[in-house]
Amino acid sequence: MHIPDGYLGPITIIVTWLIMIPIWAMAGKKLNAELRSKQVPLLALAAAFSFVIMMFNLPVPGGSTGHAVGGAIIGIVLGPWAAVIAISVALVLQALMFGDGGITAIAANCLNMAVIMPFIAFYTYKFISRDSEITSSKRVTAAAIAGYVSLTLAALMTAFMFGIQPILHTNENGVPLYMPYSLNITMLTMGIEHIFGFSILEALVTALIFAYIQKTDSSILYEEVAASKTGKSERPAPA
Amino acid sequence: MDKIVRNLLIGLGVMIVLVPLGLLATGETFGEWANEELQEKLGFVPHGLEQLASLWSAPIPEYAFPEDEPKTGKVAAYYISAIVGAIICAGLLYFIGKRVAKA
Repeated sequence: MHIPDGYLGPITIIVTWLIMIPIWAMAGKKLNAELRSKQVPLLALAAAFSFVIMMFNLPVPGGSTGHAVGGAIIGIVLGPWAAVIAISVALVLQALMFGDGGITAIAANCLNMAVIMPFIAFYTYKFISRDSEITSSKRVTAAAIAGYVSLTLAALMTAFMFGIQPILHTNENGVPLYMPYSLNITMLTMGIEHIFGFSILEALVTALIFAYIQKTDSSILYEEVAASKTGKSERPAPA
Repeated sequence: MDKIVRNLLIGLGVMIVLVPLGLLATGETFGEWANEELQEKLGFVPHGLEQLASLWSAPIPEYAFPEDEPKTGKVAAYYISAIVGAIICAGLLYFIGKRVAKA
């Protein structure tokens, strides 16, 4: 899902950077205003975790490979804005140092994996778990679904960016200049790979880590932090 | 250190130990083909793509040292990449986090 240099034409590159710059600024502002020192080690761990999990390439039938991102659990635990920062750092490092994802495509890759993914995951999780008990098993299911849906949508957005290239950029003979495959091929291929493969892995990873945190110390979950801050929490504030 | 942070750190350590498993999957990810692979698939390399593809030379491209062909070298490079990546990511965010965090 790391778009390399050369696959996106100038229009998509410029638009994605224009979208991402204010998002990064906003995320930085939010982090500055909300980050508690108790969360700092988790934020650091989250970025490292995201970096490493993306190195676990998994084969799918048809000869392609892919991986989970870890973006869902990070969005749920740290909140989507902190997740933007953590995953962006991992993606920028992957691009600059390891050539995984292009430098022109940093904004596009961050939009898909560091923004769309944690935001979709966080709100999916929140929507499904509603006001269920923080210890409820319904929340583990919610986290799993959040992981599944968010990676699938991030992949489809990547496929969309790929697929619009032959529409946006061709030479005078109609030959594609950048990503050559059309929208229906990119959406179908990446959709199937994720729906039947990588998103299942993301769901499992998300549920597993969520269940562990829920069992050990649910006070670190973002929602709880926000709720206890505004005094809406029904649980006693964590000691 | 919090128990939960320590245990998550151990989990990350286990992931790093297992990271060479990520090398088992051969084949190229959809949309991440090298120029030669595109040439094979399409019979040509899209012009704009060819121009942009080599824009950046990463120091450890694809988590491997270019001269390493034997499998052991690949595993070592993958380990080094995972460790270096994890340390830089965690270190950077720990540093930034400590500076901006409120008690």
